[in-house]
Amino acid sequence: MSPEEITVLTELVRRRSGVVVDPDKAYLVESRLAPVARREGFASIREMIHAIAQRREERLIWAAVEAMASSETTFFRDRVAFEQFRNDILPVLARLGRPIRICSLGCATGQEPYSIAMLIEQERDHLPTLKADILACDLSEACLEKAQSGLYTQFEVQRGLPSRLLIKHFERIDEAWALSPRIRQMVRWRRLNLMNDLRNLGQFDAIFCRNVLSSFSEDVRKRVLEQIALAMPDEGFLMLGVSETVMGVTEAFRPLAEHRGLYRRNPAYRVAA
Amino acid sequence: MKTCLVVDDSRVIRKVARRILEDLAFGVVEAADGVEALSWCRSAMPDAILLDWNMPMMNGIDFLRQLRLEPGGQEPTVIFCSVEADPARIAEALDCGAAEYIMKPFDGDIIESKFAEAGLI
Repeated sequence: MSPEEITVLTELVRRRSGVVVDPDKAYLVESRLAPVARREGFASIREMIHAIAQRREERLIWAAVEAMASSETTFFRDRVAFEQFRNDILPVLARLGRPIRICSLGCATGQEPYSIAMLIEQERDHLPTLKADILACDLSEACLEKAQSGLYTQFEVQRGLPSRLLIKHFERIDEAWALSPRIRQMVRWRRLNLMNDLRNLGQFDAIFCRNVLSSFSEDVRKRVLEQIALAMPDEGFLMLGVSETVMGVTEAFRPLAEHRGLYRRNPAYRVAA
Repeated sequence: MKTCLVVDDSRVIRKVARRILEDLAFGVVEAADGVEALSWCRSAMPDAILLDWNMPMMNGIDFLRQLRLEPGGQEPTVIFCSVEADPARIAEALDCGAAEYIMKPFDGDIIESKFAEAGLI
């Protein structure tokens, strides 16, 4: 691929999804697009990019954009973050006395919302009245389809998922592992582009947006964070990836001391709706 | 440095596991079956044991049961590593005192994830 072709593609991805792809990482572009080009019947990635530029066919554009957005995820990614959620956030939310509303943004193939669901199921031993409504959103239709199937490979169920939870919640079907309907039913799914207005999403007590913002430019990051702030009450919880921060981006959230990646909505900050 | 005893009758598996575990800063010793593994443990208990199930002489589950009866045998954190992927077998291993269970084939990510889950790293 020529530098010009890569630029055409990375610009398209940035405009449509906010995801910034480093044009120097041609190998990344090629490794992610090659399967899409093959699936769509093109002889090469170059041929597909030319077709995108000429036909402007939405379906093809989105196939390329979705492929370029990272879908790397694991069950219980960053154990400390989930421990914080269990020990410090769930007990607070449980006191609300109603089903708690949780949103997982950029959920990819579903391991994060299902980890949240398994954790809540486990915590019912200590908090018997705990009920949760979990909404999981992602840009990629293909990722959401896989997530909703609840089917994972042997490799996927061995990354981050304790063996006790594997045998408790999954059934082995041929080479795949199928998540129990009980856990699957705890999660609702929606296709969502974070570049769009999030006001119709609803209100959530806690929002997970982990390892998503780091792929955005700073202005998009600020916009998305402020949209997230509008989707939660004062004092709502926000979970970011351990290497992500709101500091220097927006005042809409304040960090919780000694809780890396964990923030609360700042009630003093009013986001322009 | 923590030590890990890799118990597997396949020399190739032992070699691959050794490379991954050394990258995770473990000192590695090897045994080809449960009997050899027990004599290692009687001379010096390792911090961790990566344990195959199906082996000649003494299989993994019999080794684990015997290990737990040895002086100091409650100490090592045992992680099974087997081609057996039947949930009943996994449950049996965990009920016998294994901290985690790896289904073969494995790679560095899986070993690291399971060792972290078991509190070894």
